[in-house]
Amino acid sequence: MTDVMVKDSRKSKRIDWSPYLVGAGIGILSWVAFAAFGDPLGVTTAFSRIASLFAAPVIGSDAVAANSYWKSMPLKWDYGVWFLVGIPLGAFLSAIISGTWRLELVPEVWKQRFGPSVFKRFVAAFLGGIVIMYGARLAGGCTSGHGISGGLQLALSSWLFLAVMFATGLLASRIMFRKA
Amino acid sequence: MTSLMIIAGPLLMGAVFGYLLQQGKVTSCNVIENQFRLRDFTVLKVMGTAIVVGGIGVLLLVDTGNTKYYVKDANMLAVALGAALFGIGMVVYGYCPGTALGAIASGSVHAAVGAFGMIVGAILYALSFDWVKAHILNVWALGKVRLPDITGVPDGAWFAALAIGAGAFFFWVESSEAKARRAQG
Repeated sequence: MTDVMVKDSRKSKRIDWSPYLVGAGIGILSWVAFAAFGDPLGVTTAFSRIASLFAAPVIGSDAVAANSYWKSMPLKWDYGVWFLVGIPLGAFLSAIISGTWRLELVPEVWKQRFGPSVFKRFVAAFLGGIVIMYGARLAGGCTSGHGISGGLQLALSSWLFLAVMFATGLLASRIMFRKA
Repeated sequence: MTSLMIIAGPLLMGAVFGYLLQQGKVTSCNVIENQFRLRDFTVLKVMGTAIVVGGIGVLLLVDTGNTKYYVKDANMLAVALGAALFGIGMVVYGYCPGTALGAIASGSVHAAVGAFGMIVGAILYALSFDWVKAHILNVWALGKVRLPDITGVPDGAWFAALAIGAGAFFFWVESSEAKARRAQG
């Protein structure tokens, strides 16, 4: 585990928050989300609502309006959508303050395994994005909504999600990063 | 004033979440990939601590009548299939949906490209929803069940076991990381 950590340390040396402190912070943020807003932390539900905006020019706004999924989940500027808008704002602030903002076209780990091709990385990111969001909607949540919010409620669905997600992730990673 | 709070409240919550994700380095594709390669345990440390700390607090809030549970449906086949796709997508993309948004804001252009993929994925799901609903969502649909309900083991015991298990696991991870650092000098 060490060689990668050393290579990575240049980018992350100015962030010295313990992962346990960050995790505890997210846990406490969950208390506020439950008690003050009645809405657990989550990302992909709002993402789906916003996606209908992008679908309209592709399949037509009539088709979007008639779609049974978006009928159950119409675009509205609710808690989840504003929460989603807040995430990049907070991350940007942290990146600027900690001096870790930098342009990244191909991440280091990817470069070591698949080379420096920007095109290759962009195609993989795009395809991976399709798969992850389809999976998130099918499962009914993501690492935040299922993993953290559902996990901390001891929900059966969320612990099944966590177990299967990590198992397939480990398997996919083994195949992708096998020694050629 | 109220409308300001309806926007400012969630916006602030999201910003704190994004700030924490960035400070926790989980907006880095390298950190996420190396978690699945078992070379960096940051993701599990963050998630495990969030679940234990968050869960104990939410349990107390529920017990004192200050909130209720918002449990997702246990459509077991759909959750299993969706989670499997999610795991594959997370390794290929290098992010999960929330950390991707943080990564875009900290300069990762490939994360932004993948975000367009996520939009396409959401559209594809909406287009296939009628079929999925008829054939997958209703398979082994157990409803909004919690582990204490189906096992009869009370919440307190679950969190005690989770806290001890996570503590032991993190202790083991920290000692092997310290050993690896010493070996490297």
